[in-house]
Amino acid sequence: MTRLDPVLAAQRAARRREWLEKLTGMGFAFPATLLLVVMSLAPLAVLFVLSFTDYDLGNVDLRFIGLANFSKALADPVFRQSLWNTFVYVAIVLPLAVALGLLVAILVHGRKHTRSFYEVVYFLPVTSTLIAMAFVWTFLLHPKLGPINAFLGALGFPPLAFLSDPALVLPTLAVIGVWQLVGFNMVLFLAGLTAIPKDLYEAAEVDGCANPIDRFLTITWPLLGPTTMFVIVTTTITAFKVFDTVAVMTRGGPMGASDVILYSIYLEGFQYFHTAYAAALTVVFLVFILVFSVIQTLVLDRRTHYG
Amino acid sequence: MRKLASLVLIHAVLLAGAAFTLLPFVWMLATSIKPPDEIFTATLRLWPHRFAAGENFRLALTSAPLLRFALNGLIVCAGILVVQLLVAIPCAYALAKLRFPGRNTLFVLTLLALAIPVQVPALPLYIALAKLELLNTYFSMMVPFFLSVFAIFLLRQFFKGFPDDIIQAARLDGMSEFEIVWRIVAPSAWPAIAAFAVFSFVAHWNDLYWPLIVISDAKLAPPPLGMMFFADAETGSNYGALTAAATILTAPLVIAFLFARRQFIAGITMTGVK
Repeated sequence: MTRLDPVLAAQRAARRREWLEKLTGMGFAFPATLLLVVMSLAPLAVLFVLSFTDYDLGNVDLRFIGLANFSKALADPVFRQSLWNTFVYVAIVLPLAVALGLLVAILVHGRKHTRSFYEVVYFLPVTSTLIAMAFVWTFLLHPKLGPINAFLGALGFPPLAFLSDPALVLPTLAVIGVWQLVGFNMVLFLAGLTAIPKDLYEAAEVDGCANPIDRFLTITWPLLGPTTMFVIVTTTITAFKVFDTVAVMTRGGPMGASDVILYSIYLEGFQYFHTAYAAALTVVFLVFILVFSVIQTLVLDRRTHYG
Repeated sequence: MRKLASLVLIHAVLLAGAAFTLLPFVWMLATSIKPPDEIFTATLRLWPHRFAAGENFRLALTSAPLLRFALNGLIVCAGILVVQLLVAIPCAYALAKLRFPGRNTLFVLTLLALAIPVQVPALPLYIALAKLELLNTYFSMMVPFFLSVFAIFLLRQFFKGFPDDIIQAARLDGMSEFEIVWRIVAPSAWPAIAAFAVFSFVAHWNDLYWPLIVISDAKLAPPPLGMMFFADAETGSNYGALTAAATILTAPLVIAFLFARRQFIAGITMTGVK
């Protein structure tokens, strides 16, 4: 009897396939897993360890000093100001970028012939290199040479030192942040608006809901809920990570008035090489980002499932 | 009549916003063709009395290797994208279609990593690269981005919807899993891959934070860092040359956007994660 029992042979083949599938799966996932460990998880662990030490780049040894870096950060007026400035920046950018993105989306949504024109124009800042545009903004806002002050002068107003007046610098940077984000949010809202069935509006009209504001409040706004949630979270994260405009236009000045959290981390970690202290600041940054990111990931998960 | 009035109002609002949005672009182009004496008299004129585009652009191109910056950007972005796809596509397929030990753990870790921006592992990565003497290399600019957990996440969703019957049929035809991934499943996700490619390219072309940390050699600078080097140099106060440089470094992406508008908008927004 050299022939195998067919049932046994099939079982063996199935087990072989299963074994092969496991092996293939692990093989396919291996490069990504390796990179995940080396580029994300291990650095994260090192970051946490560093934040409890007194390590400066170039030191030969390090001591564990417990929470000293964190208590220093909380007492450090420079860091406290950069944290506060970041919140103020987010508080200006978030409502403006969301509300204007929604407004533009609603106005553009109804256009037929001009829709693509407006889409291109408002989306342009998203694709352009922000660093290059930041230099252009610096020039636009120049107290003597800039056209904005020339325009204010023509209207009879005194020139404004947008970037060197401590009271003006954060709002000015925030407006540039809004300039960059409106088109992005517009496109997200447009996608949400397109998903709302047309007949709902017709039904509302039949029911005597003819006023555009009524229509907005009874149909558009509730149905846009998930989109709005998503836009709010992504805008918050982007605004919280503000760095480019600060690094190019103000370098945190005047007198720390535009210092933001990422710029502080950059200076401490990569200019002054206070590595351990910068690690502690990064942990603080991570805690804030994580709260927003977890919400974002949950929303993103839902969007890609049903969107 | 009321309809006309509201139409006028709508366009007035949209045009005002559009004018504000375009202001820096228009002013950049206008300044790049002006001679210095017209730049230093603050006027609202757009077209110059004397056309000086030639000298501004020549000065910009000769005083800094702008084309080199653009080439660096191209090398870094292309390198990152190729490795991202080579790593993410098989992993996404395995997560979507294969059963193997550790699959759920890996997926949860992917979601976790999705929430961590590059600024967080930057310090340890910088120390490691410094110890390995790899600072100031293309590799150091690219390596933190070789793994895109976002690509894995996005492609996994796409691959999940791919019919199992076709994969089974291909297996019965004797195709290896490797061939199935690269010749059947990956091509089916072309729209997602194209959108991700745009997202990745735009993100890394415009990234300043990481190159600023690992690159001090101007020859290796990608466009944003190159722009900073350019402005720090003596040409910093020459706004004509500065805006000419800004025009040159902004142009590639903007032109690509104008030609492939749909893909750009899909790419940048389907992600939402910047």
